[in-house]
Amino acid sequence: MPESTDTALTQIASRTDGARIVLDRVSKVYPGQDAPAVEEFSMVAEPGELIMFVGPSGCGKTTTMKMINRIIEPSSGSITIDGRDILSLDPSELRRHIGYVIQQIGLFPHMTIAENIAVVPKLLGWTKQRTADRVDELLQTVQLDPGTFAHRYPRQLSGGQQQRVGVARALAADPPVMLMDEPFGATDPITREKLQAEFLRLQESIGKTIIFVTHDFDEAIRLGDRIAVLSERSQIEQFDTPAAILAEPANDYVRSFIGQGAALKRLALIPVETAVLGAASAAVDHHRIATDDSLRDALDLLIVTGAPAIGVVDRSGTLVGSLTVERISTALGADATALAATRSDEGRLA
Amino acid sequence: MTVSTATTAISTASAARRTDRRIRIARRAATPVIVVLSLGGLLLWLSTLELDSIEQRTLNWDYIFLRTGEHLNLTIVASILVAVLAIPTGILLSRTRSRFTRGFVLGLANVGQATPAVGVVILLAIIWQTGYTTALVALVIYSFLPVLRNTMIGLEQIDPFVKESALGMGMTSGQVLRRIELPLAVPVILAGLRTSLVFCVGVATIATFINAGGLGDMIVNGLKLQRFPVLVTGAVLVASIALLIDWVASVIEDVLRPKGV
Repeated sequence: MPESTDTALTQIASRTDGARIVLDRVSKVYPGQDAPAVEEFSMVAEPGELIMFVGPSGCGKTTTMKMINRIIEPSSGSITIDGRDILSLDPSELRRHIGYVIQQIGLFPHMTIAENIAVVPKLLGWTKQRTADRVDELLQTVQLDPGTFAHRYPRQLSGGQQQRVGVARALAADPPVMLMDEPFGATDPITREKLQAEFLRLQESIGKTIIFVTHDFDEAIRLGDRIAVLSERSQIEQFDTPAAILAEPANDYVRSFIGQGAALKRLALIPVETAVLGAASAAVDHHRIATDDSLRDALDLLIVTGAPAIGVVDRSGTLVGSLTVERISTALGADATALAATRSDEGRLA
Repeated sequence: MTVSTATTAISTASAARRTDRRIRIARRAATPVIVVLSLGGLLLWLSTLELDSIEQRTLNWDYIFLRTGEHLNLTIVASILVAVLAIPTGILLSRTRSRFTRGFVLGLANVGQATPAVGVVILLAIIWQTGYTTALVALVIYSFLPVLRNTMIGLEQIDPFVKESALGMGMTSGQVLRRIELPLAVPVILAGLRTSLVFCVGVATIATFINAGGLGDMIVNGLKLQRFPVLVTGAVLVASIALLIDWVASVIEDVLRPKGV
């Protein structure tokens, strides 16, 4: 059997631009406990998708995620990556092709930053030169200057810098799949926002299939392609795009998770250019918003300035129209209708 | 204003670091200086004495080198045996989930240390034999616990998330042990070995009771024959060896401590 294991791993490893993950009725029962920690969890993550698991602590979201790299062994069910059954592979070799980032980072304190990042390439037997080049490249990717940081030790770095190294280390062998367990949870709000923005930009260019666990719903909205709202025993209450969940929460549980200000959160997801703009006139040109800003930014500007309308400018800076509170609210309504329409289309197709 | 405050802060910090370093160097140099001074003092004092025939038989270089060699041999061989036996035992114990096994082995090691060393040596001599091997076994039993316990503590104090991330990156459990756990546990394990070494130097003096030599011969002879210079020489030599060994071990600890920790 070792031969087929090798081919399976090679195949998974070669899908560096994201692989499809399928979890089928996966359960985890801890010995001595009546209730399963995870019960019959099924989900498909498409290649390149960033999926957020959101739920309260103890709901089993982390357990579910950790079964994908077998830090926790499932009790039943099947998990495949790119069609390969991972439960039949050697766990250590499998993990070398799955990036893993945890909240506590877990950098190795006795190794330099460069050595930390080089761990997986070394395990995979890369040459020294290839490893060194990759370390430099990754440090630049996470915006740490290799000359300054490569030879420092983890304790000489700030928390935010350490987590960047954590992300770089997980990306070292260019794995198709990344598992991230509240990676930005322990950083202060300003650093977190910065790391999130950097991470989004990074994901745009690398397009991994990512399972991202968080208890912060706003983080889920900001980052996720799709969000799975989980309750006890990792039951999926709703699994959909952020916009769809905000517009139509499946039940009270999901609603309670969204909390106050669902409309504002939705506005943050809709760019100004999707709204039907009013006429452009010199009268509205005192305050300006760009077409690729969000409607939430636009509303913010309207409230702060107290102006009845604000001007909208395109990338080149030419005035293309105006926005009022009514137009923003119309755009929000239109967005909900559009969502409902795609949904009924999907229903008909299915 | 702000700039000058910042500069002052930096220069204060670097001054503090310099003072720190000076204190460390002073502390590092203190032990050898004390040892050299007391040995020199001893030599000076002995040279002023008129030694009788009994004293002359003991206080000559051949005899002293012989006994010191025996003493060092016992100490070092026992410590090596302890390291070879106790470190793997500690690793195995820290991996086992069985509370009973852990409790049992730790309890055994505890008994070894709690029992007075003289008792262990004499008992072993009665039920087994006298001589070097018996003294060695007694020393190993006596100084097993510090290394065992420190190996376990050293491995257990490692941040569990460091181990989890090592596993999550695809290291096998053997690789986690060799590349992550042991290097991080080195300072604590070495501290245990250092304690054991110093224990051994002291306890090796009782090897004389079962005819296994060492500097205990000088001390006991000096007492029995009421030859004060012999007694003092033996005692000062043992104390000097203990201090020097502790000093060497501390230097090794500093050298082997992983960088970045």
